[in-house]
Amino acid sequence: MAQIIRPYGDTMDDGKVQLSFTLPVPHGSRAMEAARRIVLAWGFHDCEVVHAAPMSDEFTFFVVYAATRHGIDWDTVEGDRDDSEKSMTMDEINTFIREKIGRKVVVVGACTGFDAHTVGIDAIMNMKGYNHHYGLERYEMIEAHNLGAQVPNEKLIEYAEAHNADAILVSQVVTQKDSHVHTLTEFIELLEAKGERGRFICIAGGPRISHKLAAKIGFDAGFGRGTYAEDVATFIVRKMVQEGRR
Amino acid sequence: MIRNKLNLPQDKIEKARELAVRICAPVLEFIEAHTTVTVERAALRLMGADGASPDGVPVPNLVVDSLRDRLGQGAALWYANALMTKGWDISELNRQIAQGFNVASIPLADRNRAEELASELVRRQLARIDANRAYREAKQEEYKGHNHSPLLYLIVATGNIYEDVKQAQAAALRGADVIAVIRTTAQSLLDYVPYGATTEGFGGTYATQENFRIMRQALDEVMERERRYIYQTNYASGLCMPEIAAMGALERLDMMLNDSMYGILFRDINMYRTFVDQRFSRMINAYSGIIINTGEDNYLTTSDAFEKAYTVLASQFLNERFAYAAGLKPWQMGLGHAFEMDPSIKNSILYELAQAQMAREIFPEHPLKYMPPTKHMSGDIFQGLVMDNMFNFVSKATGQGIHLLGMLTEAIHTPFMMDRHIAVETALYVMNGIDAIMDEIEFRPDGLIVRRAQEVLDRTVKFLEEVERIGLMESIEKAMFADIARPRTGGKGMDGLVEKAPDYCNPAEKALESALGLKGRK
Repeated sequence: MAQIIRPYGDTMDDGKVQLSFTLPVPHGSRAMEAARRIVLAWGFHDCEVVHAAPMSDEFTFFVVYAATRHGIDWDTVEGDRDDSEKSMTMDEINTFIREKIGRKVVVVGACTGFDAHTVGIDAIMNMKGYNHHYGLERYEMIEAHNLGAQVPNEKLIEYAEAHNADAILVSQVVTQKDSHVHTLTEFIELLEAKGERGRFICIAGGPRISHKLAAKIGFDAGFGRGTYAEDVATFIVRKMVQEGRR
Repeated sequence: MIRNKLNLPQDKIEKARELAVRICAPVLEFIEAHTTVTVERAALRLMGADGASPDGVPVPNLVVDSLRDRLGQGAALWYANALMTKGWDISELNRQIAQGFNVASIPLADRNRAEELASELVRRQLARIDANRAYREAKQEEYKGHNHSPLLYLIVATGNIYEDVKQAQAAALRGADVIAVIRTTAQSLLDYVPYGATTEGFGGTYATQENFRIMRQALDEVMERERRYIYQTNYASGLCMPEIAAMGALERLDMMLNDSMYGILFRDINMYRTFVDQRFSRMINAYSGIIINTGEDNYLTTSDAFEKAYTVLASQFLNERFAYAAGLKPWQMGLGHAFEMDPSIKNSILYELAQAQMAREIFPEHPLKYMPPTKHMSGDIFQGLVMDNMFNFVSKATGQGIHLLGMLTEAIHTPFMMDRHIAVETALYVMNGIDAIMDEIEFRPDGLIVRRAQEVLDRTVKFLEEVERIGLMESIEKAMFADIARPRTGGKGMDGLVEKAPDYCNPAEKALESALGLKGRK
């Protein structure tokens, strides 16, 4: 039995959504009508333009409420990862490593290429962590090396080789012109050229990185917005044990 | 006039300033004895060197690269010598250099005459900068009182200068007082400044002199229409600090991001190189009437904003000292700080208020540059908009000078035009609604806000004492700033550092020192 879901405003299945957007037209009643028409053209009904403001002579900003009849079957939806698989806590991860791996796990991470943003890799790796989730440096059984930003892919790989890393974290924040895809692809290609892809667990991360995207490029996993250190660590240690890496 | 509401102990503030003087003294001595490739290139630009080879190598780079073995004497002399010997005018010399002519191949004819000519060339460029400054001051006088307080600062970053122009004009028309064109990712690590107008960039647009000129023209159009001076901002940071400052001076930019230590800590640029570069860049900024913006906000995005608040204040004292030593006046020192505290901390907004007020009282004449929340912006744009507006409130309530508007879509994408629109509209609402608040509120003498400010000042003095004991460069090596360790011989650009020879000649530096009253400082 299909379970069709639709947006919920204040009544089940009313299909209500809020939209805001800009049109390259001067502000006025024609602009309001254009906004209404364009929302109808997207397949919405009961469209109400509740706010329109000029942003310059040529651009107008709108807030619009509308409703949709379209729904999808909840039973056919698959997520980016298995939601029932819960991450372990820091303490559980340390115990897991002690019992099942028996030595410190070495994790090397950097934001590579021209990307200058350390915020992602820092959130996962720095002692302090992010939003009350400690970073990998805090983990007693993890040896974490955070190389910072603007690290060339080659350098990160060399560093991982020299320190016998178990896992490499590659962070990408900037996504303009798909620069993240280029950088991540180059990373995997470099590893493959060296015949070392299998040597490391490779993880990509960043606000616009999904598991699907990362897997497509050739990473073992990808972690996006809302990820904390324990999510990444759980993945690494479970995979190590699964694959018999010691 | 800034009212003292926090009862901060004056002797502690003075003590911190004395410590900053002592901490910076040995570094300034080192700076005095050295030059760098980009200082020399900036000196050439201040004589009129411009243009690029067919494959894009800028003329100042071509000259400096050809003089590597004698750069300790300064590049100016050889550029002037070639000009004199060949009998060309400046544009012909630039054209010849771009096509392969090597100034180093011309033997030094008459040193005194070459130096005189070099000084004359500098005078011509400085006259252009004088005219820019006079124009800015006249326009600011004409449109006095039409800017917002604090100045509303917005960033554009499309990668294409012509697209930037559209977004910048729209932002200025909506109320922005300051437009910054963010630079393309990694320009800070280029040891040259690209030439000409550019339409490709990642996460920003190349800073080039032509791009500066295009944006200046666009902002001046809006200025005349709105009768409000629009400040143009770029980044005199990275491996080309002084060159960007020189280009900005020539094209009448009004503000430059310019920090004495940012490149070392956050871009891994060699510390000797940065210290030498920042001095000359700041002298140029000082002379051209540019307001610098320092980068203390970065300390709080890497470290915890509550625990490490003292590192911001300590860095402000050091930036202030290095700025004075380069001839900048307090009104030109946009010392940075940020609203980055973890929102789950109880009373976090009151602590932000305490620290913003503290900065205001310690640096009363400085147009403080206040940065919005970024680290704790989650993607929940509704929550983000509220955070941005608490930041707007604190900024207005404490009389900040330069207010970088937060974007509700921070951490999601480079701002849409409508994101900026929402930022301006909501900020204007808050700031208009509490216009007189600074005169209306006092703080309880034994309250949380006063105690927090005094605590941060206390810790700052202790921290500066420790830095003074160890030495600034050693402190950076030991990760005392931003939890980042940078060895003094590590980082990028150290090969561009050169010891000045006894006969070092840099007429631009000489002219600036004399104009800024820095002469005879040893």
